[in-house]
Order: sequence, then structure tokens, then C-alpha cells
Amino acid sequence: MNFQLIGVNHRTAPVEVREQLAIPQRKLPEALQQLMSVPGVAEGMILCTCNRVEILAQTKNGSTDLRQFLHQYFSLNSESYESHLYEYSASEAVRHVFRVASSLDSMIVGEPQILGQVKEAYATARAAGAVQSYLDLLLTRAFAVAKRVRTETAVGSSSVSVASVAVELASKIFGSLEGKHVCLVGAGKMSELAARHLLARGAGPIFVANRTYDRAAALASKFGGRAIRFDELYDHCDQADIVITSTGAPVAIFRREHGEMFLSRRKNRPMFFIDIAVPRDVDPEMNKLDGIFVYDIDDLQGAVTSHVAGRKKEAAQAESIINVEVERFQARLQTLHVVPTIVSLQDYVETIRQAELDRLRGRLGQLSPEQESVLEALTHGIVNKILHTPISRLKTAAAGPEVTTLVDAFRKLFDLQEQKLQEKGLEEKAGAVPDKDAGLTNEETPPRRRSE
Amino acid sequence: MAIVWLRVAVGLYGLGLVYVLVALTRTKELLNRLALHAAYLGMVFHLVAITETVRQSGQFGLASISVAASVLGFLIMVVFLLVYMVYQTTSPGIIVFPLVFLLTFVGAAGQEPFVLTSSTARQGWLIAHIALIFAGYAALVLSFSASLIYLLQEHALKSKKSGGLLSRLPALQVTDEIGFRSLLLGFPFMTAGLAAGMVIAQAHFGRVDFLDPKILFSVLTWAVYLVLIYTRWNSGWRGRRAAYLAAGAFAMAVVAWVANYYSAIHRLARP
Repeated sequence: MNFQLIGVNHRTAPVEVREQLAIPQRKLPEALQQLMSVPGVAEGMILCTCNRVEILAQTKNGSTDLRQFLHQYFSLNSESYESHLYEYSASEAVRHVFRVASSLDSMIVGEPQILGQVKEAYATARAAGAVQSYLDLLLTRAFAVAKRVRTETAVGSSSVSVASVAVELASKIFGSLEGKHVCLVGAGKMSELAARHLLARGAGPIFVANRTYDRAAALASKFGGRAIRFDELYDHCDQADIVITSTGAPVAIFRREHGEMFLSRRKNRPMFFIDIAVPRDVDPEMNKLDGIFVYDIDDLQGAVTSHVAGRKKEAAQAESIINVEVERFQARLQTLHVVPTIVSLQDYVETIRQAELDRLRGRLGQLSPEQESVLEALTHGIVNKILHTPISRLKTAAAGPEVTTLVDAFRKLFDLQEQKLQEKGLEEKAGAVPDKDAGLTNEETPPRRRSE
Repeated sequence: MAIVWLRVAVGLYGLGLVYVLVALTRTKELLNRLALHAAYLGMVFHLVAITETVRQSGQFGLASISVAASVLGFLIMVVFLLVYMVYQTTSPGIIVFPLVFLLTFVGAAGQEPFVLTSSTARQGWLIAHIALIFAGYAALVLSFSASLIYLLQEHALKSKKSGGLLSRLPALQVTDEIGFRSLLLGFPFMTAGLAAGMVIAQAHFGRVDFLDPKILFSVLTWAVYLVLIYTRWNSGWRGRRAAYLAAGAFAMAVVAWVANYYSAIHRLARP
């Protein structure tokens, strides 16, 4: 069992590279299939947000080349992204997953959306059968760690989101936002948040376009705005001073010619495009037009750098939580090595106990319920007392170098059969070996699907 | 009598200049109406004046510049009135009123020269002329500066540089507004200043020689100013294009200044 991770994020790769590697939500199951077909990959998950594309895998030998997947899946010249890739394995991969889920690796540290996106990626991979035992354990732990970071530090409390940065920029262009028309294209948490911030500052009316008209109508009613059909977008868009766009379109939906058309219709009054989508919805060429200002996700990052500095202290505290959690998780994983042996041992002894009880009942004849329960308690007591010390020893030794010798010795002494950890079985079996520290729970709410 | 009616019309059209100033602010209802009605009344007097001129001379001759200017001014007002009736908008007035005022003024001045009886009166007109023209130029310079600041801001926003200069400047649209408003504010001053200049020239030389370099370039500056307002008002030209145009108008103003030294009528330093 080995965790490996490969990916690009907003720090290592510009949006031009990230958008090439972006995998749309609907194509994820297919991509996961392909990932699973890479030799050595036992489990896999793909996290694709506007700021990162990451491939997480549980591999058999820990040295599987995950680049293979990238080469196969994207018919791109690998030189275009190779230098932007980062790779983590073992505990570093665990740490990275924890940091990502806790929003410590985010463009805006502490922003809450990333956790939802990780949960969504997890749900997709699980539904596709790519997440089974170990990755399941890692991800559920990551969710718990994220929750801990959120509650124990103030990292997320003064979350300066892309939204407020967008509002600030809009004010630099328009001054007062009072009465500025807003057009929301596509849906998504971040774009909705941006719209909400703008409306709070007096902007409006708002109109909403979405490929699914019903979704647009629902959003419009939420903001007290008007829904428009997606194919009428270009007819209405020139009325908007601020356009927030975050569709899953594979190519830019606003191009230079559209910009020219809008400008001529609105007598060159300025327009502000906030492009949260990756791949980008707005052609960068648009920014060259007089009076049109385009900010994509990377540009917004540049604008928020100053805000991030103030949160470094909190982030440091969060990092120490992550360190502790990584260690715990590693210890927990080590324990998992010995779980099959412990379970086999328990099964083996339990079989003997049951057989002996049956033999005894044959000799003693019919027993009263009281006698039965006394007998059960007695035999259980003996078995547990005998097993307690060896099991504790195994668990203590789990993290140490002698674990393999010890496990082998147990197998030989008791003639135990090799038990494979099967899907789902892992969690129950892990639960059968109580561990006060780790407290692996699956208490997180099920991930929500992102629209569009 | 025709000249009297025409002068009354000029006076009434002059109120149209007030409209332009008032249009800069939002609270324009009352003055707006006053200016409009004055302008309509001006049209009546204007029509009477033209009719009388034609009757007196016995022919509809547009041979002289003054009559042609007067008739053109009247026709522009007619078009403005039609536009108002169809579209219910007075916004073309921003350009129409100063234009008609100047044309009618030229018409009135050409038909019977002004006579400034005393040197005090001449002095008064001279001061008015200088003050008004300078106010016009100041507005032009202000607008040009605003255009330059707009360009700087636009560049900063487009290159995604936050902080520094950008954080100290007002919002882009506010700069834009300052530029446009100063243009609008300056135009009536420029127009009235030009008119005052013509009065002085007429009183002194008995006629206005439009081919005199000073007058020619002054009128051209005024025309570029008009184009500047028109492109801004009609096509919303801002930023680079507005800056180029404002620079053009400013250059023209400088040429008009230089023309002082080649003008027979406008010598700053008379020997």
C-alpha cells in the first residue's frame, strides 16, 4: 500500500497550462477508468478544480509512474506541462491531501470551497469504483482534519474570497456599484458568491444565463434577478457592466468579436469580465479591447496576495495540526498492516471456541439459558485474556521494523491463512481493532455535486 | 427691423447655452424647460428676421456668409425640434444650442456691425472675451489631463497591477466622467468667448474676416471641440481616442495662439 500524487496547481502552473490539463466533471469516470488501467495503480482519484489538477493513487509498489496516465489521457506534448508538475508519495502525499482539503494549499488560504470540491472528487471516484479501501481511509481522514483545522484555527474565519477581490476591482473600474448591471453566466459556488458580494454593494439588477434554463431560473429567483436563455446570451450581455462567468465550456464563449460587438452596442462604456472558469470562458484577447477588463482566476490571485499575508500566523498553527494528523494517520496505516493477522487470529481462536462449545453441549445435553450465558462469558473471557497481550504486542510493533518478523511468526505459529483486505471490509476490520487515537470516522456529510 | 428680431433670437438662443450647463447636473427640470422654451421663442423671432430680410432684399439670396449662417442655424433648430417631437429627447441640445447660437450670432453680426460706443464697453467685451475663452481652454486642458489619467488607469487595470498609483486615483469611470463634464462645461464658454471676440472684431474693423488666420484657427478649434463632444456623446469615445482628440483640440488651440502673430486683427502686442 502506497500513496502517490501528481499534479499542477495555481502556484506551479499558469492558467494556460492548467486549462489544458482540466478534465470536465462529466469525463471524470472515463478518466478514472483509464487511471485504473495504469499498471500498478490499485485505487485512484482525480481532483480537478480551477486552481489544480491532481491525480491521487494508491499503488502496489509506490513507484508507479503516474505521468503515464497524463501522457495517455492528454494527447499533449508533455514538455508543455512536465516542468509544472509536482509529485508526492507516502507521508508527503498524505500531508498534501490534508493540506488541500484544509484549504492551506488554496490560492486564498482558508477559502471554504475546496473541501466541497475534494468531497465531490471523492464521491465521483467512489461511484466509479476507483476509491476502495486505503484511499477511502485517507479521504475520510482528510475531511476530519479539514474540519479540525477549521474549528481549531481562525484560518477560514476572515476568508478573503475571490468574490471580495472581484468587488474591489469592480469598484476601481466603476466607482460606485450602485445600479451596475450584473450578468452571471454558468453557476458555481465561487461565481454565486461573487454575485452576492456585488449585489450587497448595491449592484443590480442581475440576470442569469445557464445551459440549463431551469437552473438559471432558480438562481435568478434566488438573487431576485431575471433568467435568460443561454442562446440569447450575446443579445443581452452588452447590458451588463459586470459579467461573472464560470461555465464548463471547453472553449472560450466570449471572444474578441463579441467584445467588439458589446462595446459598439453600449457606446464603449467599460465592461468588467470576471472569469472564474478553467478552461477560461473569456478569450484573453478581449482584454486588449479598449474599455474591456478581463480578470481570470490567476489575475484574481495576484490581487489577493496582500490579503494572504495577514493569515500566515493562523496558517502556521494549522500546519502543526496537519503535522500531528499526518503522523497519526501514518501510525494508523501501519496498524492496518497487522489487521489481517489479528483478524485471522481472532477468527482462528473463535472457531476453536465454537467447536469446543458444541462438543461440550453434546456431552452435557440441554443447558438452561443461564448456563448457556455463563458458558459463553467464561469462554469469551478466557479467549480475550489470552489474545489481549499478543494483539497489543502486534499493534505496538506495527509501526516498528520488527513487524514483518512478528506477523510471520504469528502466521506460522497459528497456521493462519493470508487474508486480503477487501473493499469495504477494511473499515469494518479496522474497526474491529479499536484504536483510541485515530478515531476514524465517516461523519462528514456526503459530497455535493457541483452544477455545470 | 430684421436685425432687431435676429438679435432677440440670438439672445434667446443664448439661453440654450444655459441648458448645456444645466445638462451637466441631474436637477435640470425647470431650467431645462426654460431654456427649451426660450430657444423655441428664439426660432419664431429668427423666422421673422429671415422673412423680413428676404422681403427687404426682394430675393432669397444666400450669397452673404451672414445670411447663410443665419438660415443654417434656423434649419438646424428645425431639425432639433423634429427630433424632439419624434424621440422626446433634448440631449442633442448639448451640441445644437452652442452651434445655433454661434451661427445666428455670425448672421446677426454680419448684417449690421456692432458699435461699441465707449472704450469702457470695448474693455468690458475684451475682458469677457478673454475670460470666456480661457475658461474654455482650461476645461479643454482638464479634459485632456483626465484622458491621460484614464489611459494610465486603464493600463494599470489591464496589466493587473494593483496598488501604487492606481489605489490613489479615483475609479476609472469617475475620471472618465470628470473628463466629459469638463468638456461639456467648457464648450459654452468657448462658444460665448468666440462670439465676444467677433463683437470686438466687428466693432473695430466693421466686419469679421473669416479668412484671418486667428479667426480661422479659433473657429477650427471650436469645431474640433464640437467633434470631441459629439464623438464622446454619440459613440462614447474614451481613453485613447478621447485623449488623441483632446490633444488635437489642444494643438489647434496652440496654433490659434500662434496665429496671433500672423493676424491683422488680433495682435497681442500691437506696435
